[in-house]
Amino acid sequence: MAPAKLDLLQGTLDLMVLQTLTTMGEMHGYGIARRIEQASGDEVLLNQGTIYAALVRLQQRGWISAGWGTSDNNRKAKFYAITARGRKQLAADTAYWERLSSVMGRVLAMREGGQ
Amino acid sequence: MRRLLNRIAAFFHKQPLDNDLSEEMSSHLAMATEENIQRGMSPSEARRQALIRFGGITQATQTHRETRGLPTLDILLQDLRYTFRTLRRDRGFTIVTVLILALGIGANIVVFSLINTMLLRPLPFNDPTRLVWIAPPTNTAGLSGATYSADAYDDLRSMNHSYTDVTGYFAFSAPNNTKLTGNGIPQPSTSIPVAGNFFHVLGVTPILGRDFIPQEAIKGAPPVALLSYPFWQRQYHADPDIVGKSVSMDNKPTTIVGVLPPTFDFGAIFTPGAKVDLFMPFSMDDIRNEGNTVTLIGRLKPGVTFQQATAEAVTLFPQFYWNKNQADSKGSYGPAQSIPMKEHVAGQLRRSLYVLWAAVGFILLIVCVNLSNLMLSRAIARGKEFALRIALGSGHGRLVRQLLTEASVLSIAGALLGLGIAFTVVEWLAHQGSVALPLLSSLRIDAASFGWTVLIAAIASLLFGLLPGLRIASGNLQESLKDSSQNSSDGRKHETLRTTLVISEVALACVLVVGAGLLLRSFLRVLDVDLGFQPAQASAVTLDVPDFTKPDKKYDDDAANAYFHRVVDEAAAVPGIQQAGITDNLPFASNRTWGSPGVKGVVYGGNGKRDPRPSTFVYIISPGYLGAMGMDLRGRDIAWSDDNRSALVMVLNQKAADFLFPHQDPVGRLLDFGGKKDIRIVGVVPDVHETDLEAGAGWQIYLSIAQQWGPDNPSVVVRSSLPAASFAPAALQKLREINPAQPRVDFLSIQSYVDHATSPRRFFALLVGIFAALGLLLASLGIYGVISYSVTRQTQEFGIRMALGASRENVQFGVLIKTLRLALIGVAVGTAASFAVARAISSLLFGTQPSDPATFAAMILLLTAVACIAGYLPARRASRINPVIALRNS
Repeated sequence: MAPAKLDLLQGTLDLMVLQTLTTMGEMHGYGIARRIEQASGDEVLLNQGTIYAALVRLQQRGWISAGWGTSDNNRKAKFYAITARGRKQLAADTAYWERLSSVMGRVLAMREGGQ
Repeated sequence: MRRLLNRIAAFFHKQPLDNDLSEEMSSHLAMATEENIQRGMSPSEARRQALIRFGGITQATQTHRETRGLPTLDILLQDLRYTFRTLRRDRGFTIVTVLILALGIGANIVVFSLINTMLLRPLPFNDPTRLVWIAPPTNTAGLSGATYSADAYDDLRSMNHSYTDVTGYFAFSAPNNTKLTGNGIPQPSTSIPVAGNFFHVLGVTPILGRDFIPQEAIKGAPPVALLSYPFWQRQYHADPDIVGKSVSMDNKPTTIVGVLPPTFDFGAIFTPGAKVDLFMPFSMDDIRNEGNTVTLIGRLKPGVTFQQATAEAVTLFPQFYWNKNQADSKGSYGPAQSIPMKEHVAGQLRRSLYVLWAAVGFILLIVCVNLSNLMLSRAIARGKEFALRIALGSGHGRLVRQLLTEASVLSIAGALLGLGIAFTVVEWLAHQGSVALPLLSSLRIDAASFGWTVLIAAIASLLFGLLPGLRIASGNLQESLKDSSQNSSDGRKHETLRTTLVISEVALACVLVVGAGLLLRSFLRVLDVDLGFQPAQASAVTLDVPDFTKPDKKYDDDAANAYFHRVVDEAAAVPGIQQAGITDNLPFASNRTWGSPGVKGVVYGGNGKRDPRPSTFVYIISPGYLGAMGMDLRGRDIAWSDDNRSALVMVLNQKAADFLFPHQDPVGRLLDFGGKKDIRIVGVVPDVHETDLEAGAGWQIYLSIAQQWGPDNPSVVVRSSLPAASFAPAALQKLREINPAQPRVDFLSIQSYVDHATSPRRFFALLVGIFAALGLLLASLGIYGVISYSVTRQTQEFGIRMALGASRENVQFGVLIKTLRLALIGVAVGTAASFAVARAISSLLFGTQPSDPATFAAMILLLTAVACIAGYLPARRASRINPVIALRNS
């Protein structure tokens, strides 16, 4: 039996969306969801529907923009792109995450006996 | 911030955003399905997998909405929509609830507005809390006893250390004392002579023109006037160029120097129920020899307290002269006290207003109790609905929130309607010019009253909405699902709560009814007071007196006497008029006191003892006045032959006669009245209430108008069995024939002066009476509600009992007994409470004991009767139950 998938920490989905849009450029909701699943090696437990709440939140904060367009296979879809403010936010959040994960890594790497 | 704006925008664009989202999601699903098909799934399996990966469209939509919009507001709107739907369904409940609340809240706003206007709001002066009214602590001598001479005024101004300045006004101005002349029939208007610094000390600035200047308040200065705002509007059509214009007043050109602000209503503050049109400065030299005529108003220096000012007045006033030309008049004045202006204006109303406040507080309590009851029965009826909603996953908090929303909606509707009612009533009250209550004309609903409305509406909704709601919401789910099946023995604990509520309601109504009953009885007692004259059929009109000064500056007494004689004769000859006479002071309209008469040779007081004689009210009258007033006269009336050539005569009242001549006949005896000649008593009349029906009468003497006592502002009194409208035109015509300067004034019934004096008591008795009726109505509604509800719940039980042989009468009687038991417990509790409350208001009663048995008996009867009626309707319904239908329905 496969190990249980990871629950997303609060706020991490927003960061993933911003990162996805930075690397992949303009994308629609389904694309973003698929991309995150693929990038995480299907380790993230993502109800694809929840991506839309994240998208509207980011949009209201002005970190991403949105507009209707046509997908590769000629389907009407809403496309999202990161804005300049979004890039700034992403840089700040990325730095924060890296610090946090390195701290966590060090703390968890401590061995018994306190080496 | 940006997010908040976006959220608010999203809140208002729900539909387009939802459409957008659903389109986005369907394209998402289509793409996912397509991809799955490409991976080799069957179309239906591909769609199923896509939906699983998506994880619930409804949830996604819901999170989306909550993220982008304002979820709290959404829930509120949901609750509101639901509330409106349920309230519309229960139309009867809604209407009754809102109406009850509106009456309760409306009554509270009206009374709060009264209290706010009379007690709380500052007087319309600059820094009004520093203003004081300076007067003797007690006074039995009418207006003369509350006023001071010009010499005393001057001394106070120069000798005090407490006030930045002292001012005053001339207190003996009669209505319509000034004629606007030079333009046809003279127009009557009312003016008040004021000290030159009057408006400066009060801190009232004219809105047009300027205040008086010192040169205008000296003897012989050209006349000037300030206009009151309403008079400027009415008489001069708000002419913006009025300042500087000269107007003919009493045939003298008078310059108008300014217009006072609309907030300054002299009558409302100093002479309740009277209107004042003009203010003219007077010089103290003008009234130097007129005795006590000036009221004293001071403005305290910074840091000086009322107590300090009073302490100074206690030592200062006995040093003043009544008139410096009479050296022995030093020490005419006893100690005076400085009381806050507000206290002087409205202090004596405080108790009555608090009683009103308590009454409406009781009303509000009864309203809340009633509504709690209504809400409780409604909540019980909805118990199943709530249980179902909880079973379906709705939280307790959500239910309470829903109930609170419902209560708030009802409260707000009630408050709005109540505000409307209050607005109408307040508007009406403010225009009751004939009610002698200070500041009544400035009554209005202001920000404070609005705040008060919001406060009581909030309290009401919490009290009656939340309590029953909590009981239901916290109840056991299973129990309420079970309990709400029709069962005769169910809901006992609800029944107890409801019964307690109704009993307390009845008790509160008892207290209200007793309070109103006692006040009403007091009012009736006041109306029953023997006035000493018969006001019915008597009317009076102000009489203009031409200037009879001869070219040699002497007053032509003969011409004046001839004028008065002709006026009385011609007035009495008008068809419909039985009798006519002239007086200078009308009871309840104006008064003045002089020193007292005494029997020649008798020393009153002396040897360090105080003179036991009170000041004497003096009326200067013509023959016929006593008859026109309907006074019983023993001896003879003043005659026209009692003139400047014959011996002085007077008519004495019974009280003075009893003191001066105990057990003797005073008629024919001589009295020393401080003048050179003694005065012979020709008649004795009953005591007349001078100013107050509720106080005893003082000493009164009546002097002949033809013997040079110098009447000011006389009135003609006529007696007629016909209404004034039938003789007034002819009589006024006659007066104008005799004296073309007679202004355009109308007859006023003497009764209207008496009514004016009783108007405050009438006002309070009426309001408390209305509140008691309201309380009674609400209590009967409460009884009806509870009994009716219990009959409904016991339908099945009654059906069974009737099927087993109980008669209709048995059932009906049972319900009535239950009602009566409720009512009697309430009445018992209420009677006990009423005794306490009645004692608390005993100082407001007149001729009525706080434990007045008639009032209490009437209250008990009334409440029992009302309870019987309230219980009879449901009892009848119970007796009409058809056993077959009742049992089939279960």
